[in-house]
Amino acid sequence: MTYTLAELCITAAAEAWRDNGEVLASGIGLIPRLAASLAKETFAPELMMTDGEAYLVEEPVPVGKRGDYKPKVEGWMTYARVFDVVYRGHRHAMTGPVQVDRFGQQNISVVGDYARPKAALLGVRGIPGNTINHINSMFVPNHSTRVFVPGEVDMVSGVGYNPARMADGRSDRFLDLRLIVTDLAVLDFGGRDHAIRVRHLHPGITFDQVQAATGFPLEGKDTAAVTPAPTTEQLRLIREVLDPHNVRATVFKENPPGDRREAA
Amino acid sequence: MNKEMTVRDMVAELKSGMTIGIGGWGARRKPMAVVREILRSDVTDLTVVSYGGPDIGLLAAAGKLKKLVFGFVSLDSIPLDNHFRAARQAGSFETLEIDEGMLQWGLRAAAMRLPFLPTRAGIGTDVEGLNGELRMVKSPYDDGELLIAMPALTLDAAFVHVNAADRAGNGIITAPDPFFDELFCRAADKAFVTTDRLVATEDLGGMPGMRHHLVERSCVTGVALVPFGAHPTSSGPDYGFDFKHLRDYNGATFDDWRAQFVDIADHDAYLAAVGGAEKLATLPLPVF
Repeated sequence: MTYTLAELCITAAAEAWRDNGEVLASGIGLIPRLAASLAKETFAPELMMTDGEAYLVEEPVPVGKRGDYKPKVEGWMTYARVFDVVYRGHRHAMTGPVQVDRFGQQNISVVGDYARPKAALLGVRGIPGNTINHINSMFVPNHSTRVFVPGEVDMVSGVGYNPARMADGRSDRFLDLRLIVTDLAVLDFGGRDHAIRVRHLHPGITFDQVQAATGFPLEGKDTAAVTPAPTTEQLRLIREVLDPHNVRATVFKENPPGDRREAA
Repeated sequence: MNKEMTVRDMVAELKSGMTIGIGGWGARRKPMAVVREILRSDVTDLTVVSYGGPDIGLLAAAGKLKKLVFGFVSLDSIPLDNHFRAARQAGSFETLEIDEGMLQWGLRAAAMRLPFLPTRAGIGTDVEGLNGELRMVKSPYDDGELLIAMPALTLDAAFVHVNAADRAGNGIITAPDPFFDELFCRAADKAFVTTDRLVATEDLGGMPGMRHHLVERSCVTGVALVPFGAHPTSSGPDYGFDFKHLRDYNGATFDDWRAQFVDIADHDAYLAAVGGAEKLATLPLPVF
């Protein structure tokens, strides 16, 4: 069965939540949210999720207009409680960084000089606390050297595996970066000293393409496998249950196929 | 006991150079009528603590900010506030940019009348050093962990918006998330509450509705009835945010916006300018 790049990213990103245990799965943005939803609907029913506002729900709420659908509420999860979950470590968030460096440090604050930034973005939000306290993954829809920058990111908003920033009794014992899912590949931190490694290449994408779009050396050239294609059942859930209005078709320009060889 | 006052009375208690806190979160339950009144006043040079939304965009664009203490500024469905961005990129105010949990911790420290509370959030990031005012604290126990000593964010005044309140200062937040409005009130010398409905105490909700109680009234200085006082932000479950209005705001020049929606006679004129109370009452609740 053919599938889109958005659908491939959803199934690849869902893997981030496999075997996490009973944690709050926070997928920020459409693809991460659908990925967390798919994980919960299939191999990880133990995950906790919210309705996107303040209630925990037994099953993921579908994206977009809900019609008669009523969220199946199982608890309350205000922002104050989210912070408590963060401190307790019972969470795995997947968020969208603006820049990422070789340490896995991420930036969502400003691009350029801090005092007079070229672009003021969101602000650090909860990324400092998230990254020092619980599992985190990232989704990058535009894998390029503008995102994966050489050196360090302009404003280190999220903690990475950078020993220089962990001196004098600072503790990163709860730091746990897992996957970076992009439009080209799935990266992890399984290289030497948590170096970023290519785990999976999306069908039709080469390691050299990914390296050329990355501002620092990547590991995994000899070991990277091809990203597994979505299964028929996964596609059914995504298309009929989780995203019935096909909002995912708007994520990538022209909604390309997941296997790039089909586009050629 | 009667703490009823007007929004103008509340803002008249502010002086230039003060530190104020604004409740709500992003485009949700912001005391926007107060923000517009601050814009109309002579008060300036403010240090503002906020989980930022259009309150910060307006205050920044109007040049009211000396310093912003924040984790983010966002309009929710519209991720970035263009008025905030322009002022931030021009370097027109100082910042203390911190993790949103650190902001909670600073308010909590102030609420407890402590100088600081330790936190791991921010460790290893530029939040530690960029602002130049955060100091570290080493655990005095055997672990010796180095933590950030988040300083108390003591407020001269706090402003929050609630669904209902009585004249004694008891507020009720029936929205899904009360956010950190209670802490804003506790951290402030004076806390001012605007409310969509002013009701008799016995109509606040009794038991178990009183689980929605904002804070004990000793922490509240004044209450003002301002129907739709959070517009264009939401005040669930009573009304959702005004997406079209926020989109127009984000695309407008500030001067045009100000002339149309700020420099007008009063809140009634504002309600008329944004389509009238009947229309606002039908704003759908957001679906996330």
